[in-house]
Amino acid sequence: MQEMMEKRALELLADGTVNRVLGWSVGEFPYDMTPAVFRSAEDLKDRFVYNDFCGANLSKYLIKESKGEGKILVFLKPCDTYSFNQLIAEHRIKRENVYVIGIECYGKADLEKLKAMGLSGITGIQMKNGEYVVETVYGNKTVKASDATAERCLSCKSKKHVVFDELIGEDGDVVEDCNRFDMVEKLEAMTPDERFAFWRGELSRCIRCNACRNVCPACSCEQCVFDNPNSGVAQKAAVNSFEENMFHIIRAFHVAGRCTDCGECSRVCPQHIPLHLLNRKFIKDMNEFYGEYQAGADPDARPPLGTYTKGDREPNEGGNK
Amino acid sequence: MKKLSLAKLYDFFAAIAAKEALYLPVNNEVGKAEYKRWSEGVELSHQLNTLRSAKDFFFPQTENLMEFKMEGKKIDIIDTREACDDFVIFGVRACDAASFDILDRVYLVDPVDSYYKNRREHGTVITHACGKPAETCFCGTFGIDAADPKGDITVWDVEDGYVFRANTEKGEKLMAATADLFEDTDDKAVKAEQDKVREILAKMPLADLTTEGVGAGLTKEVFDRPEWASLSESCLGCGTCTFVCPTCQCYDIRDFDTGHGIQRFRCWDSCMYSDFTKMSAGQPRPTQLERFRQRFMHKLVYFPDNNDGVFGCVGCGRCLSRCPISMNIVKVMKTLAKGGNK
Ligand code: SF4
Ligand code: SF4
Ligand code: SF4
Ligand code: SF4
Repeated sequence: MQEMMEKRALELLADGTVNRVLGWSVGEFPYDMTPAVFRSAEDLKDRFVYNDFCGANLSKYLIKESKGEGKILVFLKPCDTYSFNQLIAEHRIKRENVYVIGIECYGKADLEKLKAMGLSGITGIQMKNGEYVVETVYGNKTVKASDATAERCLSCKSKKHVVFDELIGEDGDVVEDCNRFDMVEKLEAMTPDERFAFWRGELSRCIRCNACRNVCPACSCEQCVFDNPNSGVAQKAAVNSFEENMFHIIRAFHVAGRCTDCGECSRVCPQHIPLHLLNRKFIKDMNEFYGEYQAGADPDARPPLGTYTKGDREPNEGGNK
Repeated sequence: MKKLSLAKLYDFFAAIAAKEALYLPVNNEVGKAEYKRWSEGVELSHQLNTLRSAKDFFFPQTENLMEFKMEGKKIDIIDTREACDDFVIFGVRACDAASFDILDRVYLVDPVDSYYKNRREHGTVITHACGKPAETCFCGTFGIDAADPKGDITVWDVEDGYVFRANTEKGEKLMAATADLFEDTDDKAVKAEQDKVREILAKMPLADLTTEGVGAGLTKEVFDRPEWASLSESCLGCGTCTFVCPTCQCYDIRDFDTGHGIQRFRCWDSCMYSDFTKMSAGQPRPTQLERFRQRFMHKLVYFPDNNDGVFGCVGCGRCLSRCPISMNIVKVMKTLAKGGNK
């Protein structure tokens, strides 16, 4: 995969289709790649990399990059194309300045899962035939790649690229039985007190580092209300924990109908708070109240919360589930 | 040196907890180590280190400083400081123990931060030598020995128990109070354990990381390096690296309107944020490039410049494993050391 991607990137740079490439740069370890913009063939050959640990969604960087001079090539996984489309719909990305190569994806790896198997001192990971041979200073271990698949990929909603200029690998389909609402249903089945306790417990670990917000492609405000000293709600860390919980609830409301469920928030949370469950609750409710809708699937579709029909639910009919 | 048998570790915890609050690394609901207060039944985590650092004990994320109560034209200033009880932290790793020295250099010099000092005086630190370092560890780069951590007491795992060594008066006192649990021992088992760990550390991928290209006296050279642009390019400007870092020490002071007064509190701040040190004249670091550069200039140049060459990083590796985009101080140091144009 990496070879094919690099080859195409070099060709498109050489023939002038693009003047920059947005991809991943090698790290210190086999798993810590950093998103990077490559501006020359040498640079690409030198540090471009792609493997199962390249999980970051590159769409958000295009808000800035697509406003630069000339066209930029970007590699997008199926889920990333939904974020990209959503940003197009919100007029945040200049489509004409981006060349999208969709890349097939069988799920990304989560380093935390390898670490949870007791693997430490990792010096190399050989990835092939559905297996990882993890080399560590404490000895080598072979694990099934599927045992290290990221949680979000286990309930992947779609293998289909909803936007691309060309594809590397196969395009897939929307995954109908992805089970992504299973945990939401469990939460719905709880009593309000249990549910309150669940969320207070999870959110109590929050250190308010803002990684979830800053990585989120739907959080694209120039200045977040929580960073604006004139907003009256600016805060870096809360004086009381209830305020902290409000941050997350307000954020979930703000991205409702625009969140594509890319899973970046939960991926980056250093405290392993299942933030995606808040967003999935909103997605599920909107599906039930206003009909099936997938943000980013179609940039021309009318968003449920931005459309009014006479048949809309009244607030008092609520979603008291 | 004194030895505690495997079976007596929890008796030791109980003996301390009977007199003062004892905190130690415990696996939380998501399986990550986190400092929690010990009580009967609470188990010590066997993970290498806690996800959040131990700085929280002395420099908590939020802290109320004072309150103001308004009545008509009268303002009452209320000192909300509480007397701090003695407490013990068990299981601090060498890197985090070294971070306390760095924080001391900031908060215990004139003007002394009385909030910090208060907690520092009441805390006893029991360090725990590392047995199984991770690839992200580079304490050695800053001269920190994971096999011989500082603190008031140092503890090593040996085959059939734990060996304790008191390093300070505070440590001696605590060991004297629990003396009946211990037996005398020599340093043989500890030496063997240390050799083993140092050998492992030498094999780690970051074992050869040096501070070449950074340090005291290099402000202009490092500040002007063109590589800051590409290094900072994909930084999200979140504060994760600063909040998990044991040595990040910046805070903001804010007022919270309680409806019947003002609560003045401080909370951790991050140089990665757009409103960090924002003044009426504006933001001195307008883009992420300047903010990103500030974090590393502070740790690798300004801090050693002002502190006899001591770096503001202890190599704990937390920022390496937590940054959403895997950009970190090691990548910065390696790039700066190269002097190339990567
Ligand atoms: S990433 Fe996690 S810890 Fe950080 S602000 Fe979001 S929820 Fe809180
Ligand atoms: S370096 Fe990483 S953790 Fe730090 S602010 Fe940038 S993106 Fe966040
Ligand atoms: S900069 Fe990173 S490695 Fe250094 S002390 Fe802070 S968190 Fe640890
Ligand atoms: S950085 Fe050093 S002291 Fe800290 S956990 Fe790793 S090996 Fe131990």
